[in-house]
Amino acid sequence: MKISFILNGNDTCIDVAPDKRVIDVLREDLGLTGTKEACGSGECGACTVLSDGETRLSCLMVAAQLQGKNLVTIEGIGSENALHPIQEAFIEHGAVQCGFCTPGMVLSTLALLKTNPSPSREEIREGISGNLCRCTGYQKIVDAISAAAVRMGGQDK
Amino acid sequence: MSNIGRSMPRIDARAKVAGTEKYSVDYYSPNFLWAGVKRAGIPHAVIKGIEVESARKIPGVIDVLTYKDVRGSNRQGVVRKDQPVLADDRVRHCGDALALVIAEDKETINRALEQVVLDYDPLPAVFDPEDALKPDAPLVHEDNRSFFDIMEKLGLKPGSPFVQEDNPEKNLLLKGSLSTGDAKKAFNECNAVVKACFEVPFQEHAYLETEAGWAVLNKEGTLEIVCSTQTPFRDRTEVAEAIGIEQERIRIIAPYCGGAFGGKDGITVQSLLALAALRCPGRPVKMWWNREESFVSSAKRHRARLYYRLGAKPDGRFHALEARIYYDTGPYDHLGGVVMALGLEHSGGPYRIPNTDLKAWSVYTNNPVGGAFRGFGVVQATAAMEQMVDMLAVKLGISPLELRLCNTLKKGDKNPIGVTMTGSTGIEDCLRSLKNTPLWKDRENWKASAGQFKRRGTGIAAVMQGMGYGPVVPDIGNARIELTEDGKFRVYCGVVDMGQGNATTYAQIACEVLNQDISNMELVLPDTSRTLPSGSASASRTTYTFGNAVIGAAEILKERIVNRANELSPDGTGDDMALIPGGVRNVLTGEEISLAEIVVLLDDADRKVTFHFQAPVSNESPSQDPILRLHGVPHVVFSFGAHAACVELDELTGRIEVKKYIAVTDCGRIINPQLFEQQMHGGIAQGIGYALMEELVVEDGVINTRDLATYVIPGAMDIPDMDSVTVDSYEKTGPFGLKGAGEISCNGPLAAIANALADACGVRVFRLPMIPERVLAELHNNK
Repeated sequence: MKISFILNGNDTCIDVAPDKRVIDVLREDLGLTGTKEACGSGECGACTVLSDGETRLSCLMVAAQLQGKNLVTIEGIGSENALHPIQEAFIEHGAVQCGFCTPGMVLSTLALLKTNPSPSREEIREGISGNLCRCTGYQKIVDAISAAAVRMGGQDK
Repeated sequence: MSNIGRSMPRIDARAKVAGTEKYSVDYYSPNFLWAGVKRAGIPHAVIKGIEVESARKIPGVIDVLTYKDVRGSNRQGVVRKDQPVLADDRVRHCGDALALVIAEDKETINRALEQVVLDYDPLPAVFDPEDALKPDAPLVHEDNRSFFDIMEKLGLKPGSPFVQEDNPEKNLLLKGSLSTGDAKKAFNECNAVVKACFEVPFQEHAYLETEAGWAVLNKEGTLEIVCSTQTPFRDRTEVAEAIGIEQERIRIIAPYCGGAFGGKDGITVQSLLALAALRCPGRPVKMWWNREESFVSSAKRHRARLYYRLGAKPDGRFHALEARIYYDTGPYDHLGGVVMALGLEHSGGPYRIPNTDLKAWSVYTNNPVGGAFRGFGVVQATAAMEQMVDMLAVKLGISPLELRLCNTLKKGDKNPIGVTMTGSTGIEDCLRSLKNTPLWKDRENWKASAGQFKRRGTGIAAVMQGMGYGPVVPDIGNARIELTEDGKFRVYCGVVDMGQGNATTYAQIACEVLNQDISNMELVLPDTSRTLPSGSASASRTTYTFGNAVIGAAEILKERIVNRANELSPDGTGDDMALIPGGVRNVLTGEEISLAEIVVLLDDADRKVTFHFQAPVSNESPSQDPILRLHGVPHVVFSFGAHAACVELDELTGRIEVKKYIAVTDCGRIINPQLFEQQMHGGIAQGIGYALMEELVVEDGVINTRDLATYVIPGAMDIPDMDSVTVDSYEKTGPFGLKGAGEISCNGPLAAIANALADACGVRVFRLPMIPERVLAELHNNK
């Protein structure tokens, strides 16, 4: 099935089985391995992507659902040489350890700060509560998101 | 500015945050084959046959392999090699691998796995470590020779004091016994004695990156394996033996792991991938276990049952301790003997106790495999011992912090197994520092501030963790550093970075010695063809041991560069040259030469340096038992900590929330505070999960919690902001004074939270974790 959508700002047309999971389309067909799979059943948030600006779990989406959508993956947020302020904050504040949850965390943060540019620490915790991390204990992720919010124009809380 | 003691973001953070870091799972190619495993699904059976013909006939299936296709020993393991790559005579737990399917794509794998049928006779099974030690227990290994095999390796024949042929404990993997003084007599001399039995559960590592990798047999006949592992060099030896090819033909490459925590300290996908790749020369084969398979087949933190008795004199001095610890190791030795030995060594905590009687067993059952997990047996022992101390404090009417302070080990003291503390011993400083924190000082206010239907309490725990492999197995690091042709320094990391950030710390250490900026460093990750064997990423040894090797290599390289530069100076004899970032400067004239210019003047051999470091070992022997020494007892360098938790209990639901947490730690001098804090936070979070919510439900050997919806690990709402404080400390044998920090933090939370619960409402939950229904039941019992 031919599916047309916008991927990280570019018009994209792919020919894949309509029931192929989006995470597999991204990783196997499009070479975008920044999106991670850690549970395959919607519990961990590692495969988070943005579809029309909202967080979606790409392990629970099938290719046919991409038609006409504006999809953003971690690769569309910033490159190693031109990182997004959220990514910069994650580095600076030590929010990255093994890094496997990081892409999903960054995308959830982006969606959170869009709806709430000045979240409190509690609101940040709630905002990323769908993204599991086994390494950090979350504290430095919360620190990073607080700092990113300020850097992106939100108020310090 | 010195690089030591300075927070520096990890080098890999940039690629990880951009999504460009390539983990083992991130390799794809149109010519990749996929491999998958048929798991047993039953706990104990005799295998009569494995029917694979119908699976083989499915279009797209390349082959289906069973034990008959394994040419080597078909056994893997670190100490005792008792785990089949593919099960042959018996199934010993539900996760046993029966058949390996190789196919063109993932979908075909799943179809083929459904067609593999096991013909079997069920066997009676054993699921409790104490039951398994009874003479009439079903045998997990019919020919259990582990005890005798190990003794033979040590040159001890049956009949010697440690080798009893008539050992009735047929399912024993290993047992150990350590004692000081005369505990039996000493208990009669105690004025206060407390006694309890604790049950701590299996804990799933739940690393986000499940077990994965890919392998290819290339044209030269070399088998290349890229996989998520903590132990590439040891894996190579194990794979070679198990599948029957020469070690020299295997290359293992270890990218950054997406988490490991001990669960990848040993073989997961490696041998299976090797078998598959050998079958399809030239075709890369990929394997990536899904979460359910990871739950079913991976090793867990050992479930354990701990019987403790602790007695003291009226002034609070500990006088006698007795411990009996049973570790459920499942059917295979995933370092289960070593885990038991370390737990036994730490079973008395960081205290002076003149009379101890400590025994532990690591026992085979048909449960999931118990294995290496951050803390390595010490987590379980600390959970029990630190609750005992609080129970004794109540009995004596002494503050739990003061009771600990009056018993803590100081340098020069003998620890509970009778070994002298010769390294930095900062537990007293940790406790004194904790005593001065607002969290501890305000504990009565915290308790009084609970709202309606809430109770609040504060609890503490004192922790310690030994570093490295102990007295027998050499704990070595082989560092290599080279000055590259473009004037950069390349550090060859021999030990895996599974997310702790040790690769960055190696670069940071080299920067310090070589006086460079971090931007002038390159890292080569572990690769059996490029880096040098340096042991596992485990045992809180990663930075201690390899960091010392890096210092040695960097110092030699620095000397060579400076000497060459001195030879080039006008008089050719001076010592006026100094290494500066990116070059060498004549300190008298200010003249500079870049490293790129220097490197062409160095012989190829001179710009590459290797350095071998071996960690120090204890000269003492707490036991005549050679098995315990082989399994790592005693250690000589320990990290210490004092933890405190403030909890709030909801009396209506039984739910416990951790509201505040502080860890005061002695890990020597800290090289990178940011990376250090990451280790503290992460370990505490795993400990909170272990204390309050993580329960692997296993019934008759079958895991009923096989996903992250039913096995719940802490989310961002479950962990409070934590304070991590360090005490001034310097370990003279450590790199720049450092001691290991990877494990110690996960030892404290369970006991600190349990003690806080007891402080809040006088109740303890002896079967962990402290899930709401158990807490409620205890509250009702207590009424």
